[in-house]
Amino acid sequence: MSSTLTPVRSKRSALTKGQLPKYAPYVVLALALIVGAAILALIGFNAFGWGIVSAILFTAGLVGWSVVVEGSRKAKDKLATCLVVGSFLVALLPLISVIWTVLVNGVPGLIAPGFLTNSMNGVTGAYDNKAVEEGAPVIGGIYHALVGTVQMTLVATVISVPVGLLTAIYLVEYGNDGRLARAITFFVDVMTGIPSIVAGLFAAAFFFAVVGPGTKTGAVAAVALSVLMIPVVVRSSEEMLKIVPNELREAAYALGVRKWRTIIKVVIPTAISGIASGVTLAIARVIGETAPILVTAGFATSINNNVFGGWMASLPTFIYTQILNPTSPANPDPSSQRAWGAALVLIILVMVLNLGARLIARIFAPKTGR
Amino acid sequence: MSKRIDVKDLNVYYGDFLAVEDVSINIEAKSVTAFIGPSGCGKSTFLRTLNRMHEVLPGARVEGEVLMDGDNLYGPGVDPVTVRSQIGMVFQRPNPFPTMSIRDNVLAGVKLNNKKISKGEADVLVESSLRSANLWNEVKDRLEKPGSGLSGGQQQRLCIARAIAVEPQVILMDEPCSALDPISTLAIEDLINDLKDQYTVVIVTHNMQQAARVSEKTAFFNIAGTGKPGKLIEYGNTQTIFNNPAVKATEDYVSGRFG
Repeated sequence: MSSTLTPVRSKRSALTKGQLPKYAPYVVLALALIVGAAILALIGFNAFGWGIVSAILFTAGLVGWSVVVEGSRKAKDKLATCLVVGSFLVALLPLISVIWTVLVNGVPGLIAPGFLTNSMNGVTGAYDNKAVEEGAPVIGGIYHALVGTVQMTLVATVISVPVGLLTAIYLVEYGNDGRLARAITFFVDVMTGIPSIVAGLFAAAFFFAVVGPGTKTGAVAAVALSVLMIPVVVRSSEEMLKIVPNELREAAYALGVRKWRTIIKVVIPTAISGIASGVTLAIARVIGETAPILVTAGFATSINNNVFGGWMASLPTFIYTQILNPTSPANPDPSSQRAWGAALVLIILVMVLNLGARLIARIFAPKTGR
Repeated sequence: MSKRIDVKDLNVYYGDFLAVEDVSINIEAKSVTAFIGPSGCGKSTFLRTLNRMHEVLPGARVEGEVLMDGDNLYGPGVDPVTVRSQIGMVFQRPNPFPTMSIRDNVLAGVKLNNKKISKGEADVLVESSLRSANLWNEVKDRLEKPGSGLSGGQQQRLCIARAIAVEPQVILMDEPCSALDPISTLAIEDLINDLKDQYTVVIVTHNMQQAARVSEKTAFFNIAGTGKPGKLIEYGNTQTIFNNPAVKATEDYVSGRFG
């Protein structure tokens, strides 16, 4: 018979002594919220100030309690955690705020009948006055702008991707970090920083000089956009090509494969997922550009399916003109509703492109598995 | 289907830096030759000059002659791609193409060069190459799966199958077992033994027992100090090098008494 002596367990193990209880942050948070509300009530309550004051109180309270119970090392850890989480929330705030504002203001415009299928052709101030004064539905839509945005972005992509990808291939595979390669890298960096309006002016001036004064078409806008896109494509493709292991290139060379075939058949397929998502992000970057399109494609109220002739609308310029020059100056509300609707569509487009980039990256990613 | 290699007075440079100095060596056809020596003595660098892989690195160049059955690899007008399609190479770390299946990895040398091959011929080539690499039984049911899903030893044998599939004259192996466990190493040593019936094999290894097990001839490289060029110290039958070397440095190295 053996009997084991089980020592009477104290409530908390000796190893966890000197720690704050698990519920500590929640208690401090509740206290901070209550005290914060009380302080704010004295000087006039508002939600933003409540959040700030509570956050400061929470940090001070938790860190102070920690110093007393746990000592300075743990307290520093808690302070750092509070700062990191706080910064994250501050960074998140504008994003959520933007999405919320656009959703609230944009949904009425988006669900208005014919918003996605009609243009603004023939929509005059009289209709908008009627909509406000008599409650008639808001008519007019963004079809023409959607067509313009899609076409211009597509042409810009068709121009930028080959130029950008080939530049990246030169830099990584053939440049050898020589003088030309370094010069290209430098100018690509400079191009990344070009203000978009300057790109627009360049494209406009270029076409004025080559085709004729006053040339404003979707294609000119596409050239302006591609000036903005090319550096992004070069940069992202270059990074992706660089991380392809050199061993794969050597493996191909050792099989007696020529360099250009190695690049096409081994290097690019290995990097394609990163390249594709880089291109998609570059598209997302330029799809919302306003200034270069205003000076290169003008703005239109009717549908123009020809990128190479006539002024063309796009979503950003549509928003710009609807807000700045409402269709009915006396009653700008319908115009502003359309502008917010267009903004919502633009955000959805960008989001779809980002999701598309992830999807592409997953589809093309080198397959693993047994 | 195998050729001999004769090297005459070869100097290898990286830019202005002389990495390997004045190597002359005769490598017999259908034999296994091992290069041994301390790290940084130029074994791998020298091996890479034998199929002109050396010059892939920027600034790298050689002086001297490498003759394959009398034809100088570095002669004027010789296309390095032609050289490499006749002298295959297996690297230190297994490097199957991650975007390709096992089958496509074996056919890589054919497919990447856009040579036409019928499906039947391709099947035969895949099976014979994988059988030569002792890998067929392990992968025959999953030829369409990616090569990166294999174990390290299997990947290395896949890389050997890939090198064999282009039917080279010579196979160069740069420490093919250094990343592998003893069992995979044994599988590859068996494979090297089989390969010498058909191919000229040159292997760089840090493992002296391995050199003693697989090779007929052994070359010992050494370096006088950092910044000095690597040199071929002694070259002869493996038996002689390990049991009765002519040079003191070789004896110190193979008996573990150097430095």
